[in-house]
Amino acid sequence: MLLREVQKILDAEVLVGAEKLDMEVHTAFGADLMSDVLAFADSGCLLLTGLTNPQVIRTADVLDIAAIILVRGKKPPPETLRAAADKNIPVLSTKYILFESAGRLYEKGIVGSAQKVDGRRVRL
Amino acid sequence: MNLETIVQALHLGVKSGGDRLGVEVRGGYVGDLLSDVMANGREGDLWITRQIHQNIVAVASLKDLAGIILVRGAEPAADTLEKAVRENIPLLTADLPAFEMAGRIYQMICPLKV
Amino acid sequence: MKRGLSVPHRKWMGAVSVCEKWLYGNSFPVDGGNFDDAGRVSGRIKTILKEMGIENDVVRMAAVITYESEINIVSYARHGMISLHVLPEHVEIEAVDEGPGISDIRLAMQQGWSTATDKIREMGFGAGMGLNNIRNFSDIFHISSDVGSGTRLKMIIHILREQDR
Repeated sequence: MLLREVQKILDAEVLVGAEKLDMEVHTAFGADLMSDVLAFADSGCLLLTGLTNPQVIRTADVLDIAAIILVRGKKPPPETLRAAADKNIPVLSTKYILFESAGRLYEKGIVGSAQKVDGRRVRL
Repeated sequence: MNLETIVQALHLGVKSGGDRLGVEVRGGYVGDLLSDVMANGREGDLWITRQIHQNIVAVASLKDLAGIILVRGAEPAADTLEKAVRENIPLLTADLPAFEMAGRIYQMICPLKV
Repeated sequence: MKRGLSVPHRKWMGAVSVCEKWLYGNSFPVDGGNFDDAGRVSGRIKTILKEMGIENDVVRMAAVITYESEINIVSYARHGMISLHVLPEHVEIEAVDEGPGISDIRLAMQQGWSTATDKIREMGFGAGMGLNNIRNFSDIFHISSDVGSGTRLKMIIHILREQDR
């Protein structure tokens, strides 16, 4: 589905990347631990997280993550938004908690992103 | 819906608290930061996380959570398991990643929200 | 699956440097405690490898390894250096720091083992998975440490040749 539909499903506010709402996304990953994101998230996935510090953007950039959904109504500090704009990574904020956000997206067809840890050339 | 139903349906491993699976699951919470779960977790929530630090047991106990599911193959640290057994907190494990686990449990406990 | 070389670091270095030419080689400093800047080096390395046309899987592995190494230096050391060397058949990443060092490497490599402060944990780090990620994303991983001096990580990622695909 398009990121625009994700925005609608989650009733989310677009903080960065309004011009990228027509990007296609199919998978999602939810975590607050950066090492888990690094180990397991697919490139091109949606990252659902409650973390708002700029390192979330760095992590997303390392993995070519498609977009970041901040949950629980979190609004990030300016340095995070700047970093996201620099790296051209869309950031949306939804009032729903991660559990509900995942639930709503899952029932609309978004699947879990799951790269194998020793992950080259093999996917779940 | 009680925790036993979810355990059976999703083939969760039971590491501790096996006699407390009759607890009612009122909701779910996905998060790895202890301070966040302390602030926002609600009584009866089933906590989905990959945080294996022993403090997850104290948090689950203090917030009266229904239980903890360690997802994507995470295994509890030795002291975490010991604490969970001692406090009889349901500590469960699964191979599914958090997003998928949350999606499935959400469908089971919130079927009308379509 | 356990990965890694158990040969002494110097011997291994000698075996590599004899017959192969670097296509690229550079070193990047990392400041301890500077979380604002953390990730800058891994971003740079990712860009360099992509521009060289290195395949995506190798770029991802290198980026993850570098990022985790960078975060470790920022979290625990006073100062560090991350170097990247690209050879025709593999990518070498080395992370050397000046810091407290690791007294028990085996313990440090255990999943979940961490000496992270609360501040580090609240940023989403310190789950005790960094070294494991680095090892799992390398084809060859070597770690050595001197308590009171610092830690050295050396990682190799093989680049597949056409006939191996």
